[in-house]
Amino acid sequence: MNQRLQKTWVLAGIFVCIGIVYIIRLFNVQVLDNRYKMDADNNVLRKVIKYPARGLIYDREGKLLVYNEAAYDLMVIPRQVEENMDTLEFCALLEMDKATFMEKMSKAKKYSNYKASKFEKEISTISYAKIQEQLFKYPGFFVQRRTLRTYPERSAPHILGYVGEVSPSVIEENSYYKSGDHIGISGIEKTYEEVLRGKRGIEIQMVDVFNRTKGKFKDGLFDTAAVAGSDLQLTIDNDLQRYGEYLMQNKKGSIVAIEPSTGEVLAMISMPTYDPNLLVGRARSVNYKQLSLDSLNPLFNRALMAKYPPGSTFKSINALIGLQEEVLTPHTKYSCNMGYRSGRFHMGCHSHQSPVDLEFSIQTSCNAYYSNVFRNIIDKYPTAEEGYEVWHEYVKSFGLGVKTGIDLPNELQGFVPEPTYYDRYYRKGSWGSLTIVSLAIGQGELGFTPLQMANMTATIANRGYHISPHIVKSVSNQPRSIIDPSIQRKEVNIAPEHFEHVIEAMYKVVEEGTGRSARIDSIKVCGKTGTVQNPHGDDHSTFIAFAPKDDPKIAISVYVENGYWGSRWAAPIAGLMVEKYLRDTIGRPEIEERMVKGNLIHPQIASNEEE
Amino acid sequence: MRKNSSAIERMDWMLVALFFVLIIAGWLNIYAAVYNEEFTNIFDTSQRYGKQLLWMGTAVVIATVVMLIDERFFSTFGYLIYGIIVFLLLLVIFIGAETKGATSWFSLGGFKIQPSEFSKFATNLALAKYLSTLNINIKKFKTKLLAFAIIGVPAMLILLQNDTGSALVYASFILVLYREGLSGNILLIGVLVAILFVLTLILQAEVYKMPFDLFLNGATLLVLCITVLLTLVFYVQRKQKRIIWLLLTIWIACIGLIKSVDYVFSDVLEPHQSKRINVLLGLESDPRGAGYNVNQSLIAIGSGGITGKGYLKGTQTKYDFVPEQSTDFIFCTIGEEWGFLGSTMVIILFLALLLRILFVCTRQRSTFAQIYGYGLAAILFFHFAINIGMTIGLAPVIGIPLPFFSYGGSSLWGFTLLLFIFIKMDADRLEVL
Ligand SMILES: [Zn+2]
Repeated sequence: MNQRLQKTWVLAGIFVCIGIVYIIRLFNVQVLDNRYKMDADNNVLRKVIKYPARGLIYDREGKLLVYNEAAYDLMVIPRQVEENMDTLEFCALLEMDKATFMEKMSKAKKYSNYKASKFEKEISTISYAKIQEQLFKYPGFFVQRRTLRTYPERSAPHILGYVGEVSPSVIEENSYYKSGDHIGISGIEKTYEEVLRGKRGIEIQMVDVFNRTKGKFKDGLFDTAAVAGSDLQLTIDNDLQRYGEYLMQNKKGSIVAIEPSTGEVLAMISMPTYDPNLLVGRARSVNYKQLSLDSLNPLFNRALMAKYPPGSTFKSINALIGLQEEVLTPHTKYSCNMGYRSGRFHMGCHSHQSPVDLEFSIQTSCNAYYSNVFRNIIDKYPTAEEGYEVWHEYVKSFGLGVKTGIDLPNELQGFVPEPTYYDRYYRKGSWGSLTIVSLAIGQGELGFTPLQMANMTATIANRGYHISPHIVKSVSNQPRSIIDPSIQRKEVNIAPEHFEHVIEAMYKVVEEGTGRSARIDSIKVCGKTGTVQNPHGDDHSTFIAFAPKDDPKIAISVYVENGYWGSRWAAPIAGLMVEKYLRDTIGRPEIEERMVKGNLIHPQIASNEEE
Repeated sequence: MRKNSSAIERMDWMLVALFFVLIIAGWLNIYAAVYNEEFTNIFDTSQRYGKQLLWMGTAVVIATVVMLIDERFFSTFGYLIYGIIVFLLLLVIFIGAETKGATSWFSLGGFKIQPSEFSKFATNLALAKYLSTLNINIKKFKTKLLAFAIIGVPAMLILLQNDTGSALVYASFILVLYREGLSGNILLIGVLVAILFVLTLILQAEVYKMPFDLFLNGATLLVLCITVLLTLVFYVQRKQKRIIWLLLTIWIACIGLIKSVDYVFSDVLEPHQSKRINVLLGLESDPRGAGYNVNQSLIAIGSGGITGKGYLKGTQTKYDFVPEQSTDFIFCTIGEEWGFLGSTMVIILFLALLLRILFVCTRQRSTFAQIYGYGLAAILFFHFAINIGMTIGLAPVIGIPLPFFSYGGSSLWGFTLLLFIFIKMDADRLEVL
């Protein structure tokens, strides 16, 4: 007999065997085994989701920034609702009108007659107590406990972010989420969603026809426990964060402070801000709409998502590149006669003594000096492209124009033009150092986030390196700096001794130059002012600083929109922040008062109030 | 024209009848699984049963078209069809839509197509065409290599789409190779390796106390047992000189396998895959994950009792206890509403279909049709065994549909094509020279 036919028989035998095994198993499960049956026919099973408590969030000192409060969702299974229930009484209990009741009921039916859906969400603990007593009268309705975020400090909304219900597209992509689940939508609630959320559990309850829970099905044999989310500790110093928000009131702009030795972000302020408690619970959608329609855009995190030219603060970087490229020594002098001239080109400068050396050029922020330095760097190489390529690499190594990789969503990359950018813009070979000389003074196409500027300042403070800036210090008491490979040390290819010259000059800026308003008694502060040209209105005031000079504990960047010169707003605010962090007391209350009172959003209102 | 109409007349009516019984029973259960008193219109295409009805209609059209095509079409263009499908499988990795972690769908404006459902019939065609070539000999290494390549290429591409379940289906083609002369020993070795793999997994976590206060872990114990066993074999067969080398090879292979299990498990498999294996072996109880689905599924099926709760009277499947109940877990609805009698009936229907296909195979004159039919039976069997097996806790939870039953256009069309190409070949069997 044919071997193939024989093998066909083998296969047929396997088919029949499996079929018989399955039938025996079904007989076992369906007929013999009572484990899967319900006790009484009238009972129905109800699956109650046990939502885990979301992880708590603390600041670097252990102060609680985010915790959970209980709230309750009223659920309904339309099929179990009695035809003749007392709707009026029920509506009175819930404080809703009959029309709303009918609408919600038909919405629930449309979703499913058999499955539970949310009838009323996020009921407060107080209302819940009242409803719970009466609920036994209404079969088909039950309550599901869940938690809502609460922010006792009302600070740092842009860092913390907020939590909301999952969108249908997320449910489609990620099988963990079910309709009605909460998910982190922005800030660290989003980046640390998987850590914070924990794992949901399920309890299967038996319920009789009178809506009474008869206990757990099979004593909880099929239940699963919820696993609470992990707690986070931030690198943020809440006192400093709140102080920054206090100083920046009625102003637009941003402050970012970093601990240079660790890359830990001490404060990240974006103004205008909002109370994070607004985006919680039932009021969220109304408040969210209001905030998103606000012309000042309080939801927008300027510290990560706004791009400003660095202005004169960038001169420190050009000085460092010049020194390393050996086109500059600390003793190099250039003359400045109210600006820089080359042929018909003229870039203005203010009046100061001339000629100037390196130290004084930073102290007085001379435009002519840096036009010379920048052109010498570029022109050192055979072509402008090659020179620019070198300069561009230095700038990027300071973390500028590249994402810092901070653990927050939606970080902007910033912008340093690639060499090809100018080839496209001007035509290859037809541009030179003069064409792009505005880069010398931090203008032109450059655009960096306040975070990148703070990170750049930390690089100067560290004399040539930075640690990836980050906002979460530890997860469940596990320090991230040890376990997370994304936190790295990045070096700049500039010799440490060059930094000393520039740092000495930045110290002079604060001691006797344009940054005097940031000076603090007996703390050596180094800084650099900047004024950012703003085509849309008044110029922006900016300042970078770090202190103490020889053992830096804090590096900071401040942007105050429409604040004119760096010395007017940004420098004093930076000084106060440094003082607050290092001393915890303010020695110059009059400057603090001037900063707090300053209103750059509605200046006329402020002056009216003063009268 | 006369020839075509007679092709329909010459169809194997038993297969066709089984096809219709299965798709109609499937539809009734999908209706029950998503049943909602507010939406009872069966043509409502916003509901799954409405859509399924639409797909059933188109499936019948596809079946009719297949019956009207010249049967030589499939043997002639077997490789071409295979090539096109492989290209689509490759394409979907790059431009496919992601659903539940797998990128296996083309999304054409609200309409989704899953090419992996069509690659089964294409692979079956190509394999049948290759193995029916004159003077082919599966014993040759080159033939084996090519045959495995035909099966392996689509399987690998589907694996790359992250759809492990659909990729595993291709293992069923080994049965075809077995019938074409692949040594049964290879199959046997495969099964033994799998058993050793499972044993290692079960034993390695355990520590056994031996006499004289000796502690051995499971893996060491296993190595010891194998060594003793092989030594015994050697002792019995010691007259045959060469056996020592064979036994030594087996011994080294076993140790290698045991040592590599840990590596495969922790480094090669994705965490969710190793977890599924663990849950299946009862090494890990994870009611939230795969084990949770099986528990819920067993509650639903078990609550059906002997006669079931009656059509549309099921509660477990409707209260959202069982996930994916209209697709992968459709058998739960059957078990709950139709009870032991109903679910046994479904198993008997599938067995009837499988055995009928094997019977129809034996009457084919062309090798091509025989191999194709055999492949068809193997694929259907794999789906049947895994899908029902997982709902009753006898097979791993691998997300593959129950043929003709589960909700889904692509899978219904894919199986319809697979089956009707065979019915067409059978109808025209007498015209083959
Ligand atoms: Zn000057």
